[in-house]
Amino acid sequence: MKALCWHGTKDVRVETVPDPKIINPRDAIVKITSTAICGSDLHLYDGWNPTMQKGDILGHEFMGEVVELGSGVKNVKKGDRVVVPFTIACGSCFFCQRTLWSLCDNSNPNAWMAEAEMGYSPSGLFGYSHLTGGYAGGQAEYARVPFADVGLFKIPDGLSDEQVLFLTDVFPTGYMAAENCDIQPGDTVAIWGCGPVGQFAIRSAYMLGAERVIAIDLVPERLQMAKDGGAEVLDITEVEVGEALKEMTGGIGPDSVMDAVGMEAHGFGLEGFYDRVKQAARMETDRPNVLRQAIVACRKGGTVSVPGVYTGFVDKIPMGAFMNKGLTMKTGQTHIHRYLHPLTERIQNGEIDPTFLVTHRLPLEQAPHAYEIFKHKQDNCIKVVLKPGQVA
Amino acid sequence: MTQNIKVEKTVTINKSPEELYRFWHDFENLPRFMKHLKAVEVKDAKRSHWITSGPLGGSVEWDADITEDQENELIAWKSIDGADVNHSGSIHFKPASHGSNSAAPNANRGTQVKVVMAYNPPAGAIGDAIAKLFGEAPEQQLGDDLRRFKMLMETGEIATTEGQPQGQ
Repeated sequence: MKALCWHGTKDVRVETVPDPKIINPRDAIVKITSTAICGSDLHLYDGWNPTMQKGDILGHEFMGEVVELGSGVKNVKKGDRVVVPFTIACGSCFFCQRTLWSLCDNSNPNAWMAEAEMGYSPSGLFGYSHLTGGYAGGQAEYARVPFADVGLFKIPDGLSDEQVLFLTDVFPTGYMAAENCDIQPGDTVAIWGCGPVGQFAIRSAYMLGAERVIAIDLVPERLQMAKDGGAEVLDITEVEVGEALKEMTGGIGPDSVMDAVGMEAHGFGLEGFYDRVKQAARMETDRPNVLRQAIVACRKGGTVSVPGVYTGFVDKIPMGAFMNKGLTMKTGQTHIHRYLHPLTERIQNGEIDPTFLVTHRLPLEQAPHAYEIFKHKQDNCIKVVLKPGQVA
Repeated sequence: MTQNIKVEKTVTINKSPEELYRFWHDFENLPRFMKHLKAVEVKDAKRSHWITSGPLGGSVEWDADITEDQENELIAWKSIDGADVNHSGSIHFKPASHGSNSAAPNANRGTQVKVVMAYNPPAGAIGDAIAKLFGEAPEQQLGDDLRRFKMLMETGEIATTEGQPQGQ
């Protein structure tokens, strides 16, 4: 099959590789019909994760058709159209039973690596380095899905690929981030980052009863898309964000703040953490500013929601502000499985049409080009959907 | 150069002590999740024959006896006198939460499983082989073995990526 393989910093190639096969009884093979590039793929692309290996297949936002099933998968059948959550979960451990799917105890074969860094390991993830399992990803024609009996979600009739594709990651991620804001009637939510997660967070915050959403970014087309979603917007190149937020909220501050940017420049490995962090910090000094700024801007007693991806240490977090203002922080990889049914219902009810996000549709063969325009925000690129099997 | 190796590790498994005790008690199951064990043959209620991988594709073998057996609580075993390898081990099963409060179904956290293993390799080639096998990061080896035991018991399989496709 054709698959997008990582070969090094800014070096991804579409190659012919062997087709995946069933390895464990609870596996399924999915023939991929649509697969997206995620903002978090970019820090693998940019070479920040030292647990990537040459030849790793990227991609964790994919869907398609079931073509093969292990003996232990009974709830779907060949030919079913399914979406695949990017977090891999067994369904039977302590964490899965508490719907903390992204913290599954049993899906990361390289848990020891994550334990060395974090004390305990989160779940395995598709196409996202060896730290989270080294699973082959879904920017390919086919993918093997472990624990398919728990992960595969059968798509109701009448919904197109692009309506449901973002259930794999960015829609639930934005939604959970909004839930993590603990929104009360009358609340104002400030969201840093108007990428795909920020866009869904804006719309989800309104679904969850926010009165106002203020979205913060610097890319014109992203700010426009945020406005289209009902947000008031701040362009960081034009205003001092903290002051502007204070003014806009009558001097109180936003009730909750969200870091939908993350510290994407700060991926690093198991050895020599600190030096690499320092090095990264020098190179990307603006990145941790989002979390710092959000903590300082938040009203007293408010909530800080962090869907943005962090992988290591951050310097100079204003813990004094965080403690003395009595803030709460909520974060985590998304418990995708928890949101599949309720968010599909919202799509079916017409409360949201996730297709608003798609700016580019390209054949899988053009994935290297797609990474380039996505990374450099060229051609107003916000979200790329790749179509395996489509002629280049 | 040989050294005595003793490691101890605890893992919580979301299954009852009964289920875990029963599975482990059949030592022939152990190679399914213990990386260095090639095979265990149970000879009778007490005695078993253990085969681990050795250097150059060879193997190291010994007989062991169960020395203590308390149903659903404890199994201990030890290599017999005169065996090439002086090995002993024990596994302890303890409910991870006390009592059963039906108003709090999440209070049941399964079973705390503690495993203690010791190898006292003799001088000479076999000792060197054993020291080499178990001497490198023995804590992590036992930890990995127990993680695979937990996966197998909780999910029926062991998560792996071996055999998946990859680019050149």
